[in-house]
Amino acid sequence: MSLRRLILAAVLSALVLAGAAYAQPKNGVVRPSGETKLPPRELGSQLYAGNCSACHGIDGSGQRTPRKTTEGIEGQGPSLRGVGARSVDFYLRTGYMPISEPDEQPVRRRPLFSDLEIRALVDYVSSLPPPGPPIPKPHPERGNLAEGYELFTENCAGCHQVAAQGGVTTGARVPPLTDASAVQIAQSVRIGPYLMPRFSERQISDEELDSIIAYAELAAKEPVDEGGWGIGHLGPITEGMVTWYFAAVVLVLVCLMIGRRLRA
Amino acid sequence: MTTSPDGEHDSHDIVAPGPQSPRSELAVAALLVAAAVSAIAFIVVYSLEKFSTQHELLGITLAASFAFVAAALLLFGERVLPSEEVAEDYPEAAAPMEQEEVAKVMEESTSGITRKRLLVGAGGTAGGAIGLAALTPALSMGPWIDVAPLYRTPWRPGRRLVDDKGKPYKAEEIEQETFYTAFPEGSSDRNLGASLVVVRVDPAALRLPPERAGWAPEGILAFSKICPHAACTVAIYQKPTYGPTQPGPALVCPCHYSTFDPAKGGEVLFGPAGRPLPQLPLTVDAGREIRAGGNFSDAIGPSWWGIEMEEPH
Amino acid sequence: MIRRTVNFLDSRTGAVPFLRKSLRYIFPDHWSFLLGEIAMYAFIVLVATGVYLTLFFEPSLAETTYTGSYKPLQGLAMSEAYRSAVELSFDIPSGLLMRQTHHWASNIFVAAILMHLLRVFFTGAFRKPREITWVIGLLMLFATLLEGYLGYSMIDDLLSGIGLAIGYGVALSLPVVGANLTLGLWGGPFPGDPAFESRMYVAHVFLLPILIGTLMAGHLALVASRHHAQFKATKRATERKLVGMPAFPAQVPRSLALMFATVAVLFLLGGLVQINPIWQWGPFEVSQGTNGAQPDWYLGWLIGSLRLVPGFDVTIGDYTLIPNPFWGGALFPLVVMAVLGAWPWLERRFGGVRGFHNILDRPRDVPGRTAFGFAFFTWVALIFLAGSADRATVFFGLDYESQVVFFRGAVIVAPIVAFFVTRRICRELKRGEEIGVDKERAEEEAEEEAQEAEREKEPAPA
Repeated sequence: MSLRRLILAAVLSALVLAGAAYAQPKNGVVRPSGETKLPPRELGSQLYAGNCSACHGIDGSGQRTPRKTTEGIEGQGPSLRGVGARSVDFYLRTGYMPISEPDEQPVRRRPLFSDLEIRALVDYVSSLPPPGPPIPKPHPERGNLAEGYELFTENCAGCHQVAAQGGVTTGARVPPLTDASAVQIAQSVRIGPYLMPRFSERQISDEELDSIIAYAELAAKEPVDEGGWGIGHLGPITEGMVTWYFAAVVLVLVCLMIGRRLRA
Repeated sequence: MTTSPDGEHDSHDIVAPGPQSPRSELAVAALLVAAAVSAIAFIVVYSLEKFSTQHELLGITLAASFAFVAAALLLFGERVLPSEEVAEDYPEAAAPMEQEEVAKVMEESTSGITRKRLLVGAGGTAGGAIGLAALTPALSMGPWIDVAPLYRTPWRPGRRLVDDKGKPYKAEEIEQETFYTAFPEGSSDRNLGASLVVVRVDPAALRLPPERAGWAPEGILAFSKICPHAACTVAIYQKPTYGPTQPGPALVCPCHYSTFDPAKGGEVLFGPAGRPLPQLPLTVDAGREIRAGGNFSDAIGPSWWGIEMEEPH
Repeated sequence: MIRRTVNFLDSRTGAVPFLRKSLRYIFPDHWSFLLGEIAMYAFIVLVATGVYLTLFFEPSLAETTYTGSYKPLQGLAMSEAYRSAVELSFDIPSGLLMRQTHHWASNIFVAAILMHLLRVFFTGAFRKPREITWVIGLLMLFATLLEGYLGYSMIDDLLSGIGLAIGYGVALSLPVVGANLTLGLWGGPFPGDPAFESRMYVAHVFLLPILIGTLMAGHLALVASRHHAQFKATKRATERKLVGMPAFPAQVPRSLALMFATVAVLFLLGGLVQINPIWQWGPFEVSQGTNGAQPDWYLGWLIGSLRLVPGFDVTIGDYTLIPNPFWGGALFPLVVMAVLGAWPWLERRFGGVRGFHNILDRPRDVPGRTAFGFAFFTWVALIFLAGSADRATVFFGLDYESQVVFFRGAVIVAPIVAFFVTRRICRELKRGEEIGVDKERAEEEAEEEAQEAEREKEPAPA
């Protein structure tokens, strides 16, 4: 009976651990009242003060050493001076910002701000001097798929996987590009969010970037699955799962149908 | 059911009577007809002009015809043919008489030989030598003895670094927070020792070993792109957007995640690699083009017994 | 008609007495005895589809330019091998069906071998007189792993090139002879001589299939000669008497049904589920890599072990005695093979299991072996799981480095736990049964006594 108790204890502790891992700190957004009535820049300024300034500084020049705010957040973060609409739009529309801890990896999720709020924040932060780059306007339809494939393999596949399904590096998870829009791919190539390298126009021209986006969108969103169900475009891992969870199970069932089962 | 010791039903009937089911026979026939129809459907799908689901239909029709035959056979075996249980003795564990006879034949045939050892020795020598002779032509497959090719790289002092289209890299082109793949000018890029990953770091952040002073002009560093663990490509360069709270710059191999610190001359930070990533010394010439300053710090590629014995050349 | 044919055959070949015996050859009936058959049928599919593929595949590294119908590769330089494999997939009717079915069959071939191996291990079917059959089976398994590796490696796509690079690294890591052996096989430093492609090809389509086929024939011949082992399914089944179904008419339709079912599953997968979409990986170049590069599942245990070993080379001065990939890529599979290969003799030496065994064990009846087996396969399975830790990071957000630390501990702790838990479970199950048997016997006795008492009460018939 101690065996049963042992198993129970193991299951319980596993549940407790799993619960602890999922208990995320609350991430509420502070909103001014009567948002729609405020002029965009004023709305942006107020949203910034309430939601961003703890880490990025009240004037947008960053917070180099951790500083405890009144809400108990250990605020720390880079300067936003000169990052431009390109960065602000990217980080907010991907849901990358805000994060709850300064050392947390931003991951894609539903944006915490509404479209109106994002536009206001982009307007406000990009108005802080010096001026920064605008939101890019890529033209993937002008791109060349073969050139895009080559550039993607050389510069992106090491992290994002050759079929753009995401991956891992030692410091971070790498997102798949299945949810990334053309604009977001263009933004991230130029910005280099989190641990991603930052590719300038000198290294990858805007024309080359169009080709990369054309290929990435094909690979991630409309892959050519000539052979049937694509099972994630990951190769052997999902293939092994189909082998065991489908084929082996079906064939064992056939064996069970044909052969005798031993009565205990 | 009773059976005789040799597993037979009785002296006249060998096989026990079957279940007698005319309905099952009909079902078997129907399944076989279905199999034939599926097979013909396969032929039809094959002969059509290519269309989008043709591949899937080919698979389904062929699989269906085999599945119908499987079902027919199963039914045939279970419901039409007799299913009997019979018993039989296992074969004898051994045949001692024959064992003895084999031993005797061997002994008696060779008992007249006086120089047994000599003959065995000579026979063994002949067999071994002929075996070696038969294997010798396999030496032509590659340099089995001469391991020098493993130390060879195409890098020479003064050789320019070019991109995959053959254009030389200039120092100004190399920016921080990104990476470049470079090849030796005028060399086949299929060679393991050819490809480089080039990055630029803040010169103040460099922590190179003292004997590599001057290997990274203006903070530009070059490493072999081939992982010293298992020959995969070091295809990842990660850099923090915001240094104080994010992991530092690193070169990573995406096969087994060996991680190297570029600022410390390729030192291993994580993962299974047993040696640092080999670094190539660089110089910037008067025309601002980047050139190799020599050969790699260590032999490139995965470790083997002599990897530390010689410098790359 | 039947008699005339038989007579014709017999008088020309003298084979009818043998045929007579074969028809009534006895197969003991249990579903788990069919797992090995699945492997054999998958092998038949592999040979058939493989021959078809050789009609189109061009094993050459000569450079060419792609002009087929997959847009992202158009105009790119690649090898003839890769180009012909992509063309086979896109532009040759039923080519992709055969290629995918071939690949699925390889995955299922090894899966069936493994299931069969587990059945044989846990029921003690490897014991005397069947040790050679067991060893041949293991050799077949390892020949199959190499066969599969060469099969997807010779396509020269990005994944296969990465797989070959790792194979090259592991081969180089063999102590003392690694560099010589590797340079000899590859014909030079990686990617080697262009003839290396031909070497892989001849091994994959000729040498290894013949080796596997020969081993399979030997395996089956030995099974037939010693007859199948059996469970004690009925009272009549004993160490000396085999009880089961005759090959004909009972077993043949059932086995054929299993064969057709296996072929059906393979073609169904080949048609509906995409496997190794090589066009999406692109051609291989030494300077390129991709995240999440994995081998086929049956080599997943090796990528796991390569990733778990901490980073060190064992050196004596300038002599590198043991390069790192040796531990995970070479020593680990060799240890697994050696332990399994030596197991029948280990069990005889240390388990005191001697004599002939035609009656199979139920796993619970041999707690020691079952517990060891669970511990051993838990060890291998955990290392296998560690090979997909990077994807667990992508899907579940588990930190990769922490997973590596976790698995390093788990591969030591979990087998020990598995050993004791399994042994305990076996013993409890046994005890439960004994109690059940005792109870049954007691009930029977009580009933008999009651009946007797009744009889005594009844007045004797006049």
